[in-house]
Amino acid sequence: MELTGAEIVVQSLIEEGVEHLFGYPGGAVLHIYDAIHQQEQLQHILVRHEQAATHAADGYARSTGKPGVVLVTSGPGATNAVTGIATAYMDSIPMVVLTGQVPRPLIGNDAFQEVDSVGITRPVVKHNFLVEDVKDLATIIKKAFYVATTGRPGPVVVDIPKDITAHKTEFSYPRDIKIRSYHPTTKGHSGQIKKAYELILEAKKPMIYTGGGVILSNASEELIKFTKLLGAPITNTLMGLGAYPANDKQFVGMLGMHGTYEANMAMHNSDVLIAIGARFDDRVTGNLEKFCPDARIVHVDIDPASISKNVTVDVPIVGDVKGVVIELNKLIEASDQRLEAAALSTWWQQIEEWRAQDCLKFNRDTGTIKPQFVVEQLHAVTEGNAFVTSDVGQHQMFAAQYYGFNKPRRWINSGGLGTMGFGLPAAIGVQIAHPGEQVACITGEGSIQMCIQELSTCLQYSTPVKIINLNNGFLGMVRQWQEFFYDRRYASSYVDALPDFVALAEAYGHIGIRIEKPEDVRQAIEDAFGKYKDRTVFLDFIIDKEENVYPMIPAGAGLNEMILV
Amino acid sequence: MNKHIISLLLENESGALSRVAGLFSARAYNIESLSVAPTDDATLSRMTIVTSGTDQIVEQIQKQLNKLVDVVKLVDLTESEHIARELMLAKVEAIGDARDEVKRLVDIFNGKVVDVTDTTYTVEITDTREKLDSFITSLSSIKIHEVVRSGAIGISSGENILAV
Ligand SMILES: Cc1ncc(C[n+]2csc(CCOP(=O)(O)OP(=O)(O)O)c2C)c(N)n1
Ligand SMILES: [Mg+2]
Repeated sequence: MELTGAEIVVQSLIEEGVEHLFGYPGGAVLHIYDAIHQQEQLQHILVRHEQAATHAADGYARSTGKPGVVLVTSGPGATNAVTGIATAYMDSIPMVVLTGQVPRPLIGNDAFQEVDSVGITRPVVKHNFLVEDVKDLATIIKKAFYVATTGRPGPVVVDIPKDITAHKTEFSYPRDIKIRSYHPTTKGHSGQIKKAYELILEAKKPMIYTGGGVILSNASEELIKFTKLLGAPITNTLMGLGAYPANDKQFVGMLGMHGTYEANMAMHNSDVLIAIGARFDDRVTGNLEKFCPDARIVHVDIDPASISKNVTVDVPIVGDVKGVVIELNKLIEASDQRLEAAALSTWWQQIEEWRAQDCLKFNRDTGTIKPQFVVEQLHAVTEGNAFVTSDVGQHQMFAAQYYGFNKPRRWINSGGLGTMGFGLPAAIGVQIAHPGEQVACITGEGSIQMCIQELSTCLQYSTPVKIINLNNGFLGMVRQWQEFFYDRRYASSYVDALPDFVALAEAYGHIGIRIEKPEDVRQAIEDAFGKYKDRTVFLDFIIDKEENVYPMIPAGAGLNEMILV
Repeated sequence: MNKHIISLLLENESGALSRVAGLFSARAYNIESLSVAPTDDATLSRMTIVTSGTDQIVEQIQKQLNKLVDVVKLVDLTESEHIARELMLAKVEAIGDARDEVKRLVDIFNGKVVDVTDTTYTVEITDTREKLDSFITSLSSIKIHEVVRSGAIGISSGENILAV
């Protein structure tokens, strides 16, 4: 049967198993919206700003493992989406973004709402396409999903000129697709895996360091088994939290700039470092010259370009994390050789001494609300099972340090790009994907205002997300740097003239609660998840204004040179 | 810092060139020359990039290029025996004694004079980059009006073949 381009878009998405699509209409995509309107399989979620469409789709993707899908119009629709596309790109999140484009005869003429979307998005996508013929449309959409979800995942943009959405052609969705120039390596080289295994067994001070790749690869179970088989300490990056249960003894906390003392010291002193699905980001390594001076390094990553990019490694393994860890586990299980027990026990004694520093302790008797305490209470009320999204700043670090994630895909934050405004729309996406689950957005009064308009989307789709606003009246992370490195000159980091968030939440049709005393924290969170379970709730916690995030590795320092409380 | 000649087969599609060029500028890699044209297979372009960097950077350049979905195949020609050539067209002043002098130099460098006026010669030479450089140097006293160079193109020696 002949379908229009617009109908082909809708049918192709249905063929891909897409159930939800996040978007915002405009001239160039009206045919597509009309086609969406005439069917019921695919549900469209109307956000209030295209940036939010991309973040919502991103949250949807991170929490499910399925690709997020976005539809925006040409020109400003596409440019508004760019921040969210870049956010997904930096964290390797599978996403397909359909952008409308002016009709082909107008391309290049500075037409109304024309931008070169393919050009603008090129550096922040895994790949992008401009559709030049309706006959190519279904194949391009197929390719877009294939590229977005395989290998190292990432966002793919498909730019569709309006005239193409009106043209008709015979529709058949390709079953398989082959791209001759795209062959993501998936299986690790067995010789390299054997070498890694041999190196690991030589370790006296082993350290496992894992990142977002473990989560993307759904390899959490295999990682737990690996860690248990070895008996070694394990740390997760900001992106990798939840891949290994935070409540397990072998977990030494997050590493990096705001990582725990024990994680960073164990990294620094290790003799064999096993890096899995992590990319030696500068926020993790600190000063590269001082990084893990005594360690020989195994690095497992699906992206060859991640290997030996920042840190030269001894045993690189290119491959999907899950498959590689399964192979490593097999090798370990097939032999009775294990890490040398005496050395391992000395190593653990040392780590326990570091742990005894209790680097995440904070003063609980100030009479003010401590942000760390709020996050702890959120953990208690939700029993550590909530999906927690976050924005960017001190609150994000407190969330990462104090929530204690025990499962993968529950911690949803913009680690790579550090995008303020991510939290609320991401929470909406998570809630759409998981209607019955508890979803919290830990944010700050600065960040929440970057996508506050999405409170309106929450009402329209009854997404009962709980906003945990850690309101310190400051762009706190900026203020902390100014306190440490600029003699407390708080240039533009004090957020004056804040709105009344309770009244604002109510104006949007939600529940708003202001909490000013530590003793009221628990009840407010219980109410949010209890009696207001089905409502969007905005909890405005008036917290200690000048609390800092500790520990901290200052710029230029090594992992062993932390500032403690 | 070593010089490398990277040769790639690229999908002959709009936008493919800008992906490669964009990669070099976004990641601050050196690019000395870049030449590209379709091959005998109209769906493919062959691109030759002359770049330089430490071993670590050149390894990254290759990996990042390979990651581009439009790159079909890639080889670093400098890793083995190869042939590299560059075409130069130069318009030089040819008045009086200089007319003979230029002609003599062109012969030495196995070039051709391809266009002649009362006051100028246009010279064509195909050779390695170094040879073209020394031709320019050897013109010393002769006034050069214009120089156009293609950037290197290259192919590996022997039976090694870069094809899909
Ligand atoms: C879009 C964007 N702009 C600027 C920044 C720089 N930045 C990082 S943290 C921060 C302060 C965030 O303030 P708030 O949301 O109140 O969180 P707090 O640090 O106070 O917890 C800023 C401005 C950013 N990460 N993202
Ligand atoms: Mg703040």
